[in-house]
Amino acid sequence: MQAKGTPDMLQDKDRIFTNLYGFQDFGLKGAQSRGNWDGTKGLIEKGRDWIIDEMKSSGMRGRGGAGFPTGLKWSFMPKESDGRPSYLVVNADEGEPGTCKDREIMRNDPHTLIEGCLLASFAMNAHAAYIYIRGEFYHEASNLQLAIDQAYEAGLVGKNACGSGWDFDIYLHLGAGAYICGEETALIESLEGKKGQPRLKPPFPANSGLYGCPTTVNNVESIAAVPTILRRGGSWFSSFGRENNHGTKLFAISGHVEKPCTVEEAMSIPLRELIEKHCGGVRGGWDNLLAVIPGGSSVPLMPKDVCDDVLMDFDGLREVGSGLGTAAVIVMDKSTDIVYAIARLSEFYKHESCGQCTPCREGTGWMMRMMTRMVRGEATLDEIDLLWDVTKQVEGHTICALGDAAAWPIQGLIRHFRPEMERRIKEYRARIAA
Amino acid sequence: MSHLRRPAPKELQPVSFAFTPENLDKAKKIIAKYPEGRQQSAVMPLLDLAQRQTEGNWVPTVAMDYLADMLEMPAIRVYEVATFYTMYNLAPVGKNFIQVCTTTPCWLRGSADVVDTCKKELGIGVGETTQDGQFTMIEVECLGACVNAPMMQINDDYYEDLTADTTKAILDALKKGEKPKVGPQSGRKGCEPIDGPKVLKAFCGCGAAPQDADASKGDA
Repeated sequence: MQAKGTPDMLQDKDRIFTNLYGFQDFGLKGAQSRGNWDGTKGLIEKGRDWIIDEMKSSGMRGRGGAGFPTGLKWSFMPKESDGRPSYLVVNADEGEPGTCKDREIMRNDPHTLIEGCLLASFAMNAHAAYIYIRGEFYHEASNLQLAIDQAYEAGLVGKNACGSGWDFDIYLHLGAGAYICGEETALIESLEGKKGQPRLKPPFPANSGLYGCPTTVNNVESIAAVPTILRRGGSWFSSFGRENNHGTKLFAISGHVEKPCTVEEAMSIPLRELIEKHCGGVRGGWDNLLAVIPGGSSVPLMPKDVCDDVLMDFDGLREVGSGLGTAAVIVMDKSTDIVYAIARLSEFYKHESCGQCTPCREGTGWMMRMMTRMVRGEATLDEIDLLWDVTKQVEGHTICALGDAAAWPIQGLIRHFRPEMERRIKEYRARIAA
Repeated sequence: MSHLRRPAPKELQPVSFAFTPENLDKAKKIIAKYPEGRQQSAVMPLLDLAQRQTEGNWVPTVAMDYLADMLEMPAIRVYEVATFYTMYNLAPVGKNFIQVCTTTPCWLRGSADVVDTCKKELGIGVGETTQDGQFTMIEVECLGACVNAPMMQINDDYYEDLTADTTKAILDALKKGEKPKVGPQSGRKGCEPIDGPKVLKAFCGCGAAPQDADASKGDA
């Protein structure tokens, strides 16, 4: 299916985050001039089931990395309370290397998120939402808090939010520097005032989440897109992107492009088009491309020949052995020391392992140390297979996905750049033999 | 930075801690964000408040004990939180706490130059503090500003799109007690392409100078 919006660039009228670059007022007046908070009461009056159905028909898949269908996730929440309150928790702990999209929403378009929180919470029978934002985002948190205060003053949230009869409170909670708190159950633990160590699932948060109550954790971008989706209809959103990969999406393109930037585009846009239309191309031209990490540091890299015609969506990237993740595109040209680039990620995961599961706590250290030697070639050829084996012993053997995330970049490197690793080892061995 | 994840030696630890009346008021408001009986949720924001109140921008052990009492939780649970999260400094740091991101997206754009410039201009290594207590420099993991790489955080502020020269200029300004301009040092406003927005032009004043850049920052 040829997706609308892919042959030509997505048009501004179909962009959700119109103040992405922050040239306009992020506050309430500016937000209202951009169409936020328009007819919110009417959307609520259409009822819970209508909202969830619209979200299901929009085809929105979670924008935080895992890509779980948002409407379906909401439908897991209990329709009637058993006495426990329900909560919406927004994951604003943006920290996946390469990813810097939620930051722009929170500092430049915070009312999209606040209005989304109200609508999503209403749909899930929650009277309170907590936004867990990474502690380093001090200015983003300031803007967001200011916007929340404005929304309270204007009666848009709080008692009888928007005159809808629904009482809704929204709170901001700052983290303090732990990548693992981006994992939803670690985030909940952290919000409860504990170390951010992931919980075993089940029970899933929809049954027992924050304070043991039904909870849904959603990414900032997922929630902030909700008001526009409901106003324009699920069918509008699903008109972009291929089947099963619908909507518009924020892409953050960093690394070796001429003009790194964040841009909202239609899903399923070809990677090459994304880079050439919006970022002025790869530094030194497309043929100077070495590899791309298309979805944040956790997904395996793709060598140039894969990049030539891959589509930027969940299925397209999975088919080539990578993933859309957070749509954080890290571009590396031929000047890149590709082994170091991945070794540095191994250092990241070693630093961020919460230490709960042995394969991850010990394995990330093992992998980092082996990768550090691989950079210099200080290894033997069979250690590449040993390294592969270590990644396989970590992958799938931990409570959360951090172990997998630490293993995959290395697997991608070995899969696509084994000759480069072997070259370094041979040169090193020749040098010490001489 | 493993040495920062252990409490500071005894001789550095103050003997007492209490919130100022103003911070006590803030603390009560923070605790009120959480349901009754769930006051432990406030431990992270209160540790941050304690750190901001303490000379040297750190959390002494007595402050953890103070918070344990205030939140009616075992002291060990506060210690666990304080040592788990890297934003709590467990020993004093310099007045300008420099955190240079060196994760892959920043490294690709030249974070090594930023680190080298800091070392050279400040005469300190990674994890060290200048003798006058003005600067501490550490390397940190991804700070989530990758399209504006390379970048560093100094106290609460992000400085982005850095080069060796702009890094030096920022450090020079701080040495003189001035406050450098926060954000991208390359001339762009945020995450738009360096030569101006390619999309959303109607929302960006058609590529003209932003009409009200300061007001739109809000937190300035």
